[in-house]
Amino acid sequence: MIPTAVIGIGQTRYAAKRGDVSMPGLVREAALAALADAGLDFSDIDAVVIGKAPDMFEGVPNPELFLAGALGAVGKPMMRVHTAGSVGGSTAVVASHLVSSGTHKRVLTVAYEKQSESNAMWALSQRFPFQPPVAAGAGGYFAPIIRAYMRRTGAPDDIGIQVAVKDRRNALNNPNAHLHLPDLTAEKVRASPMLWEPIRYLEACPSSDGACAMIFSADAAGCKNPAWVHATGMRSEPMLFAGRDEVNPQAGADCAASVYKDAGISPSDLDVAEIYVPFSWYEPMWLENLGLAESGWRAVANGETTMDGRLPINPSGGVLSSNPIGASGMIRFAEAALQVRGAAGKRQVDGARLALGHAYGGGSQFFSMWIVGSERP
Amino acid sequence: MAHRPVHVAGFAQLPHARINTTHEEAELVRITTAGALADAGLGRKDVGFTCSGSNDYYMGRPFSFVMALDGIGAWPPIRESHVEMDAAWALYEAWVRLQHGDVDVALVYGFGKSSLGDNDAISNLMLDPYFLAPLGITHRQIDAMQARAVLDAGLATEADLAAIARRCRAAGNENPNAPDTDLSSIEEMLAAPATAPPLRAHDYATRTDGAAAIVLRVGGGGPRIRGLAHRIDAHQPGSRSLTAARSAALAAEAAGVFDAEIDAAELYATATSHEVLLRRALRLGDGTAISPSGGALAADTPMVSGLVRIGEAANLIRHGGMRRTVAHAAQGAALQHNLVCLLEAT
Repeated sequence: MIPTAVIGIGQTRYAAKRGDVSMPGLVREAALAALADAGLDFSDIDAVVIGKAPDMFEGVPNPELFLAGALGAVGKPMMRVHTAGSVGGSTAVVASHLVSSGTHKRVLTVAYEKQSESNAMWALSQRFPFQPPVAAGAGGYFAPIIRAYMRRTGAPDDIGIQVAVKDRRNALNNPNAHLHLPDLTAEKVRASPMLWEPIRYLEACPSSDGACAMIFSADAAGCKNPAWVHATGMRSEPMLFAGRDEVNPQAGADCAASVYKDAGISPSDLDVAEIYVPFSWYEPMWLENLGLAESGWRAVANGETTMDGRLPINPSGGVLSSNPIGASGMIRFAEAALQVRGAAGKRQVDGARLALGHAYGGGSQFFSMWIVGSERP
Repeated sequence: MAHRPVHVAGFAQLPHARINTTHEEAELVRITTAGALADAGLGRKDVGFTCSGSNDYYMGRPFSFVMALDGIGAWPPIRESHVEMDAAWALYEAWVRLQHGDVDVALVYGFGKSSLGDNDAISNLMLDPYFLAPLGITHRQIDAMQARAVLDAGLATEADLAAIARRCRAAGNENPNAPDTDLSSIEEMLAAPATAPPLRAHDYATRTDGAAAIVLRVGGGGPRIRGLAHRIDAHQPGSRSLTAARSAALAAEAAGVFDAEIDAAELYATATSHEVLLRRALRLGDGTAISPSGGALAADTPMVSGLVRIGEAANLIRHGGMRRTVAHAAQGAALQHNLVCLLEAT
């Protein structure tokens, strides 16, 4: 396996509506930022891998076809990955594998969503014969799973509120974040409308436009602060069968165990983690699933996941502060890489050397993760 | 870096039907993946990586691949990925994954139904939503523009195109996995009205429903993937030459097709004019049999056809005694995006 590094990262500003750019303009903005960060241009890139959530979100099937030009891919290999909500992470994994397999030297990957040109709630709320309806978007699907977690663990009902406030405070340090809510308090979160009990409006992610790009290279010479890929993992399990634990999915636990093993670390070695938390309660749930805390809600209640806690979670503000769906997973991976590069600006965790990036999708059934480090593996 | 030797160990497809109302996603996938594994003499537990290709617009629902996963028995959880593309690109991802050395068997599948929706309308949506789609044009109309350019450039005549259609449909009628089509004489075909001038109905693919699966294995014999590459071209039909399938040629060169004697090529040509261009781009001579299965003109299942070409090309080696074959897959209008796989007997 060829040692592979992230040598360039680019993100757009995330916003409810980026009316100033088309979809090609949006992905190109992220790609050009990543190329500038790496000191490269499109002619240095061997292949392009893009990812996004369902095509019905923007109404353009096979968008790689019309985005090829904007991403400098003409005459090159180009692929499009789609693994539901985990797609941003999966896309990064697939792109990194093009380098680690020895297939290509330098690969550009971009994930995006332009939710303002779409209606994700519509695309997520269709009904099909013979299948249980997921009739009220992602929140409607995940709310009962959160209730199961609360009942199973006896967690106090303000844990989600604490996460919602913490992530939005972190987002104030992230100039790209969609939501900047300096006056947010626990009281305001509690008073916000209940959307899908127990998920309140301010405990849910926003709908964002945005794109995130990374450049992978087998040769980090000339890059003063590469983020080395220490391990990648993808795991999936079926959506429907008796006995499946949707609160603590086996695929997530297996995927986490595989990346810790492949990186030769234990979870306690991590300095920071960017995990996919679209609804506030998913922070404590994933902390347990990922082996980062025995009791996720106690870790939250004890402040262990704040910027000055034992293991800062989502210094970027997370999905709760920016959610261009197809890009949200890649943003987690890229923010993890920024941390170990020491390039995370005001949201930098001091001395971060090992970081986890995590994404999930479908009915808590698709998982992609990576461990990145400041040292060459 | 030398590539690990990856072989096509097993292949299965459902007969491609004009309408398949019998099988939904999970069933399409269960039957074909089980068939491919049986063909390879392997079991589900031997698979180290699974990758699939499908397209929500053909299945009429977002996340169509999610329910398909229920058909492969993904428990305990599996290493798995998906491309929203023809499954030939899923095979590419699986081939890359196998190069890492930690897994040796990959399962690739694709499924699709053309009967559920309006294929021309879907192809319109695949075009640039700002500058092309609003014009109301479709892939078949852009393919017709390309065919006109092919005729004007003297690369073929309308009779040549009709002969390609007749040869592919005749081959398809011999292929138990392709639906039967009416065979007319070349004269009758040329007398038919044009659908989009200069192309007539017979010049286009026979749209079908179905699924296919391939098992890839490192070592173990069977046709070896000697070269595998894909390239994309510019999207706007006006910004590239329509009389040269440039990205197909680039992919063929990268796959090593130009350096090899090719016994047969399975081409994903959804218009007769595509075959004319692909023969030139892949530099296929008269000694190369073209699409013995009938190709996409005989049966074209969306997101599956490219993978079927690879399976059929492998079968020509496994069961047809051939030494070296090429498979081709394409996406987009007028051969915008092309994948080429060179297979060789071991």
